[in-house]
Amino acid sequence: MAWSEDQPMVSIKNLHKSFGALEVIKGVSLDVMKGEVICIIGPSGSGKSTIIRCVNALNDMQKGSILVEGQEVNDPDLNKLELRKKVGMVFQQYNLFPHKTALENIMMAPLLVLKQDKAEVEELARQLVKKVRLEGKENNYPGELSGGQQQRVAIARSLAMTPDVMLFDEVTAALDPETVNEVLVTIKELAEDGMTCILVTHEMGFAREVADHIYFTDKGVIVEHGRPATFFDDAKDPRTKEFLSQIL
Amino acid sequence: MKNSKYKTDLPVMLSPKTATAGRFNLSLKPWHGLLLLGICVLSSTAAYTADDTANAPPFEVLLRWMPLLLKGFVFNLVISVSAMGIGTLVGAALGLGQISLHGSVRKTSWFVTQFFRNSPWLVLLFFAMFLLPFEIKVGGFTIPLPDWLKAIFGLSLPVMANVSEIVRGAIASLPSGQWEAADSLAFSRTQVLWRIILPQCVKRMLPPWMNLYSILTMATVLASIVGVSEVMTLTGQALSAEDGRTDLLMPFYSFILFLFFIYCYPIARWTVYLEQKFAVKT
Ligand SMILES: Nc1ncnc2c1ncn2[C@@H]1O[C@H](COP(=O)(O)OP(=O)(O)OP(=O)(O)O)[C@@H](O)[C@H]1O
Ligand SMILES: [Mg+2]
Repeated sequence: MAWSEDQPMVSIKNLHKSFGALEVIKGVSLDVMKGEVICIIGPSGSGKSTIIRCVNALNDMQKGSILVEGQEVNDPDLNKLELRKKVGMVFQQYNLFPHKTALENIMMAPLLVLKQDKAEVEELARQLVKKVRLEGKENNYPGELSGGQQQRVAIARSLAMTPDVMLFDEVTAALDPETVNEVLVTIKELAEDGMTCILVTHEMGFAREVADHIYFTDKGVIVEHGRPATFFDDAKDPRTKEFLSQIL
Repeated sequence: MKNSKYKTDLPVMLSPKTATAGRFNLSLKPWHGLLLLGICVLSSTAAYTADDTANAPPFEVLLRWMPLLLKGFVFNLVISVSAMGIGTLVGAALGLGQISLHGSVRKTSWFVTQFFRNSPWLVLLFFAMFLLPFEIKVGGFTIPLPDWLKAIFGLSLPVMANVSEIVRGAIASLPSGQWEAADSLAFSRTQVLWRIILPQCVKRMLPPWMNLYSILTMATVLASIVGVSEVMTLTGQALSAEDGRTDLLMPFYSFILFLFFIYCYPIARWTVYLEQKFAVKT
């Protein structure tokens, strides 16, 4: 196809999204290059989740364009399944399948969706278990794992589909303070391995450390964005300043 | 998000712990069965001494009729199992129809479900009795439709509608995150439903489904009204064969109550057990 790696991997242009009469995204644009990590921060209800859910078509959009590797998401003929094979997503509430063990959770999609060979999938799954440091927990059910462990299984489950982009929606927000770090370390390693990531997070220290670019949203628009150092130390917009002063 | 528009009105679905069905079942104790048996035995002996000695003792009469009554009761069970089977198969399909992405399928399934769920069981039974022909011709074959078969169809209608609601309610009761996670992993809708949603629903559906079976079993006596020779019909015949002796009413009917009790009680206990087990796990 026309897309090549020097173009943005995800390109959002003038995104508009309403829930009924309520317009929650009012013209958002942002680009993510391959291997880049961007963080979206902003007050609750400002539309952070909605933006990233539009990227893998969990939400539809009213206006604008999202290109994922050159493929238009805002298209009635979009093949959602093909799109979602390229875009992984991790949720705040983990959403593991409770009737399957950790390893089965990881293996399910490659087996059923990609129809890959069982032995190969199992090998990949065991590698991923190691990568998220959950050796020994392969045969535990989600209900038997801590929040942090479940979230790492969820990350491995998403990675098993070998996506090109990963979306993280406040993945540490439901965790105990002690377990937040184990999940952040996993994401950081992923970012260092060159995974393209779009993160919604309230962990400012983490955002500053891993992000290549920070976007600040308020009431459905991007108010300010920039490199972490500039953004955190030299915010221009009063809304950004106020938000940062409250959270830091 | 996807299934949030399907609301459940089945209390059993919302919280297994506070399920009214569970509390109802809990109140059924083994001594209730013993009480029924006691009434049955006592009434058949006590009433006799007071009555004239020309007639055979009630207990002896009951014993004499017992094989026939038991046969009738087995027939009730056959009706209940068959109606449950048919109702479950069709009802499950109807329940899935209620969450179909096709508006017309969804609306039709909803309407059929509501129609049969909100009709008195007896009316549905009459409906089946008088609307179904006594035989159907398929090609050169003639398949007779005896009354008992029609009764099975008639009773499977409310079962179908209730199973449909149980299925829909169980699906709606799963957190929407399960759909979203599955969608984001590129599962097709069919895969999401069969591999992820429905396996989790089985647990939630089992207690209300078993409850429904108990209710159906007790409702099989309705078939006596339309002349099927199940246990109530046979009891009536036995009693009139004994010249309508009033001292036989107590022993005979408490015996039938006892039969239903020893069949339904273990089911009720098991339902409660499952409800508690699943309530703790989830
Ligand atoms: N399914 C929905 N139906 C109606 N309104 C919705 C829906 N989802 C989100 N909204 C609304 O859209 C707005 C943006 O929501 P969104 O979840 O994107 O915010 P957020 O920035 O992720 O907030 P938080 O930090 O609390 O997660 C909110 O006002 C919310 O009430
Ligand atoms: Mg959010």
